[in-house]
Order: sequence, then C-alpha cells, then structure tokens
Amino acid sequence: MKKQTLKKIIPAITLFMALIAFNSCGNNNNASNGKSPDSNNKEIVILGAGSSFDYPLFSKMFDEYHTQNGIKVNYQSVGSGAGISQLTHKTVDFGASDAPMKPEQENDAGAAVIHIPITAGAVTISYNLPGFDQTLQLSPKVLADIFLGKITKWNDANIQAVNPGVKLPATAIVVAHRSDGSGTTNIFTDYLSKVDADWKSKVGTGTAVNWPAGLGGKGNEGVAGLIRQTPGAIGYVELAYAIQNQMPYARIQNQAGKFIQPSIESVTAAANVDIPADGKVLLTNTTADEGYPISGFSWVIIYKEQKYGDNTRAKAEALVNLLNWMIHQGQQYSADLDYAPLSEAAVNVGAKLLESVTFNGQPLLTAKQ
Amino acid sequence: MAYPITQPTNNLARTPKTGLVVNNAAQKEKLQHKKAFRAIRFEKIFKGGLPFTGILILALFTAIGLTLVIYAFPSVKALGFSFFWGKVWNPVEHIFGGFPFLIGTLITSFMALIIAVPFALSVAIFLGEYFPKGWLSGFLKGAIDLIAAVPSVIFGFWGFFVLVPVIRNIEFKLGLPANGLGILPAALILAMMIIPYAASLATTMIKMVPADLKEGAYALGATRWEVLKNVIIPKSRSGILSGFLLALGRAIGETMAVTMVIGNANIIPTSIFSTGNTMASVIANEFSEADSPVYFSALIELGLFLFVVTLVINMIGKTIINRTKIS
Repeated sequence: MKKQTLKKIIPAITLFMALIAFNSCGNNNNASNGKSPDSNNKEIVILGAGSSFDYPLFSKMFDEYHTQNGIKVNYQSVGSGAGISQLTHKTVDFGASDAPMKPEQENDAGAAVIHIPITAGAVTISYNLPGFDQTLQLSPKVLADIFLGKITKWNDANIQAVNPGVKLPATAIVVAHRSDGSGTTNIFTDYLSKVDADWKSKVGTGTAVNWPAGLGGKGNEGVAGLIRQTPGAIGYVELAYAIQNQMPYARIQNQAGKFIQPSIESVTAAANVDIPADGKVLLTNTTADEGYPISGFSWVIIYKEQKYGDNTRAKAEALVNLLNWMIHQGQQYSADLDYAPLSEAAVNVGAKLLESVTFNGQPLLTAKQ
Repeated sequence: MAYPITQPTNNLARTPKTGLVVNNAAQKEKLQHKKAFRAIRFEKIFKGGLPFTGILILALFTAIGLTLVIYAFPSVKALGFSFFWGKVWNPVEHIFGGFPFLIGTLITSFMALIIAVPFALSVAIFLGEYFPKGWLSGFLKGAIDLIAAVPSVIFGFWGFFVLVPVIRNIEFKLGLPANGLGILPAALILAMMIIPYAASLATTMIKMVPADLKEGAYALGATRWEVLKNVIIPKSRSGILSGFLLALGRAIGETMAVTMVIGNANIIPTSIFSTGNTMASVIANEFSEADSPVYFSALIELGLFLFVVTLVINMIGKTIINRTKIS
C-alpha cells in the first residue's frame, strides 16, 4: 500500500512542479501590471521600494496612514539603488533613496522625476577604545586621515591636538566600513570628499568605494559588530542605529568650527539651510552653526507626470496625498524612532514639489488640500 | 509493476474466505481491470514525465548561463579582458578588476578542503570500516549530517564571535595587525561546513567495498592497516574524491559565512592572516546598490566568472576521478 501511494505521489509532484514552472512563466508578464485599469473600484494599494534606512519610519507612517485613511502602502526595503531601478522600470509607484539620482539614472528614467525630502538622518563615527570614557572629538582632516590609513595610532599627535586634556591610548586604529553598497556610505564619503581634497582625488563619493584601509562589515549591524569586537576600532554607523544600541560616538567639528554631538536636534539644525527648489541638496558639511556636519536627507522619488503605463488618476492622487501627509503630519513619528524631523525649509520645498506633480497635465494636489 | 498481477490473485483467494456475495465477483473483476488500466496509464505518464523534467533542468542550466552572458555583455564591452586580471575594484571610477576575488575564492576554498580532508577521511574510515553499526556510530553519523543542515549564517555568527577573537589573540601575540578577520577564519569556517559533504559520501564508498576482497586480503595475512591502505582506500578512491569535489563546490559558492569573517577588503591576500574577499561575497554585498549599468553588469560578469570557475574545477575533478577509478 505504501509503495502504491509513493508511486502515485512522485508523478503527481513532478506534474505539480511542472505546472508551477509554467505558471510562473506566464505570470511574469502580468507581474508588472498589478494595477489593472479598473483598479478604480478596488482598494488602492500603493507600491514603494528602496532605502532600508527609511524602513522603520515608513512602517510606522504607513501603518498610521492605513488606520487613518484606509489606503494600503506596500514598501519593500531593498536598498536605495534597487528602489531607483524599480521606479525606473515602473514596477513601483515611488522609490526611496538616501542619495539623489545621478544624471545617468535620470536619463534612464525617461521622464522627469522629482525628489521630495522625506526625513533626515546622520552618520555617526563610533569607536571602541577600552579604558577611554570621555567623548572623542574629531576634526574633518583627522577623520579623513584615519579613513585614508594615514593615521594609524590612537595617540597620534593630530588626534591628540583636537582632544586637549585627554589621554589617548597607544592602540592601533582598525578602520571599519560598510562592505555592502549603502546610502550611509554615500553620505559619509560625500562628506569626506567635501572636506578633504586628498580623499576626493583618491577615493571619491559613492554608495560603494575603493577603501584605502580597513575591514568591511555587512550592514550597520556588521560595522557595529566589528567596532564592538575589535579594540581600537573606528567606523561609521547610522545615528538611529548608534542611539538604539548605545554605542559611543564622536563629536565632529563643523564648518563653523564647533564640535557637534550627533543628535536629532543637531541633524534638524543641519537641514535648516537654503534648500534649492528641486530638493536635491546634500546636507553634508552644513553651514548651519549648530548643525551636525555628516547629515543627509532621504528622498522619495516619483515621476512628475503620473500618467504612464496603466496608472490611474485615482491612484496618482492617492500617492500625492500620501506624500503630502508624510511631510506634514507624518513627521510627528520621526523623533520617537530616532529620525530627525524635516526642517521647515525642507517641508516647504517638498510641498511646492508635490504641487508640481501632474496627471495628464493637470495638477493633482490642489484638489484636496 | 507488480500490482496488477498480484492483486487479483490475492483477491480471488480472499473472496471465499470473507464470504462475499458471488454476484459481486464480476463487478469486482471489472473494478480490478479499471485499476490495472489506471495504473498502466499512470506509468505511461510517469515515463513521459521523466525525460521532460530532465530536459527542464538542462534548459534551466542553459538559461542561467545565457542570462549571465547577456547581462554581463555591457561590462565585457566596456572592460574587456582587464576584468580578469585587473587588481582594482573601484565603483566610483568604474574600474572593475575581479582578480583579487578570484584569488580570495580559490585560496579560501582550497585551504578549507585541505583542512577538511584529514577529518573527513578519518570520520569515513571510522564509520565505514571500524564501527559501521551500533549506537555510537549512529549517533556520530547523525551529528555529522546535522552539521550540513546548520544554516551558513549560524556558522558566520559562530566564526565572528568565537573564532575571530581567538585568531585576534594569536595575531596580537605574533605582533601582526590584530583584527582577527581574514583568510584563516574564512577557511576554517568553510572547512567545518564541508566536512559532512566529504565524509558522508566517503563513508558510503568505504562501506561498499566487497567483503570478499577484504577477506581475501586478511586470508593472505594482511593486517587491518594493510587492508585499509591496499584494498579499501584504492577501491573506493574515486568515490571518495567525488565527495571531496562536491565539498569543494560547496566551499567555492559559500557566501554568507565567508562575508562575515573574511574582512571584505578588496585586495589580494598576502598571507593567511591577511583580509580579502571572495567573488560570491562581493556579489552579495554590492548587488542591491549597484547604481550604474556598468557596475551592475560587472557584478553579473563576476557571477559568470564564478560559474565558469566552478565548471572548470568540476571538469578537472571529474577527470582526476576517472583516472583513479579501479574497476
């Protein structure tokens, strides 16, 4: 009896798998148009993808928005670059990125896109110095030299010079950086390129760069693990991650010459500068007096003309209203999750940008707000 | 298929015993026929399904290869052959050389194999020849098979939190830059991961050596060691090597555990304490944020490269196995 069933089961499984294979082949074509033309009558689901940095905040925001307005938002935390590419392939309604799109990426997009600043974050410099319990201070030059591998000991005269009255140990410095491509790396390397000519010519800015020194860890947790484990280590992690995991972090000297502690307030302060109308500004090396210099916006990116493919007006409206809610009411959830709320300047620019979004040439936002 | 023949005779024998109504006999026979036909039909479908699934696998393999080639094309065009021996991987300047990763992959996986072989062979001899039965061997076998079932990220964790600090201490005592990550922990972790693959096939092969061969050798006055050395190992050699090849393939493709302990520095390793990176690890790390077409394509070309390297190593391995075969 057992043999019998087995003999029946094997071909059945084979058949089943073949069916699945065929099915998934067929489905491939339909996957992109999850939004069918008659979605007017159905529940609207907005699809987004991108930055993993935004994910905890977005989860909270979208959950609240769903309970308040009944509109579902499906966000995939796949990384900024992948989010942009999904937007470009029009498989999602919005992309989220910690770096603005590059000119070549905007070319790929085929039509005008807009960048709406959605939240701000910062990159902190964390370290592991056993027996050292003061807060480390770093100047831009010293920071760049450490990551370039020029300064190799903690008691180096250059580090000592910006930390007067503090005794630093003679431990070797172990640099830890991200091994995966990341918006965090982009902000950090952008900062170093701005403050140090040597860094700019040797390494440059990017989501992944050719590191002159150090070890790579995957994700914030990977870098944090390296820092925790290795005496003498120094590395960069996101502010929210550093706060939640109670890691020590250094005060960084800003353009005004002040040593600024990274915090939600100092990041919001960094964003209180003149923001260009397109919202694409990197906040690194801010001119703000009390601003933390390694801060950056995260953007939601959408097409300016929403009539493409089989997108409907109802859906485009829902998307714009959602984003408008996110930059206004949605900001109240930032601080609890250790994100910096948008500065007023940033909210104004974002609102202006949303007003410019059209469907078939007609503006979408004015309808409701 | 035994079913259509045995079942009716069974039933005929049973009918008088259970005292079923005679009228039902004809009906029953009809049912039996129906069942038999159904069984034959099923067999036909099954027979037809077999080559179909076989071809499906082959087609999938070809499709994967083709996809890699097509997507790697922009990078091949932009970088040419410099991709294979270029030593710099700089996404900012769009310079992509895969050579450091090739070296990283080959060094870690072959080192892992060299470390794993003595252990795998001892386990196989112990379980295959000395204690093929009994609770201890059953327990050991289960434990070794369980290693194969542990997710690689767990090995990575263990390596990062246990092995790396130990190696860091050793480096510190040797006066080297002490961070603990690099080629050595990666190879050690890989060795642990591949032992079950190498050992379980070798155990089966050693068990399969015919008893009369061994008894013949004993009858000629050979000691156990001599039988092992001159009869068992040579007879099962090609099978044992197949197991090692399988293990090596596993080591070459391993990603997660390696990326957690190798240090992810895009340089050519200079010693076993040096950091490095492997092809699989680079792809996994940088894929999601590859933001320009050439960068993306270069990562796919790296995947193609890995694909080819695995194929070549497998082919060399197969030749060696065939040469060492004793029929």
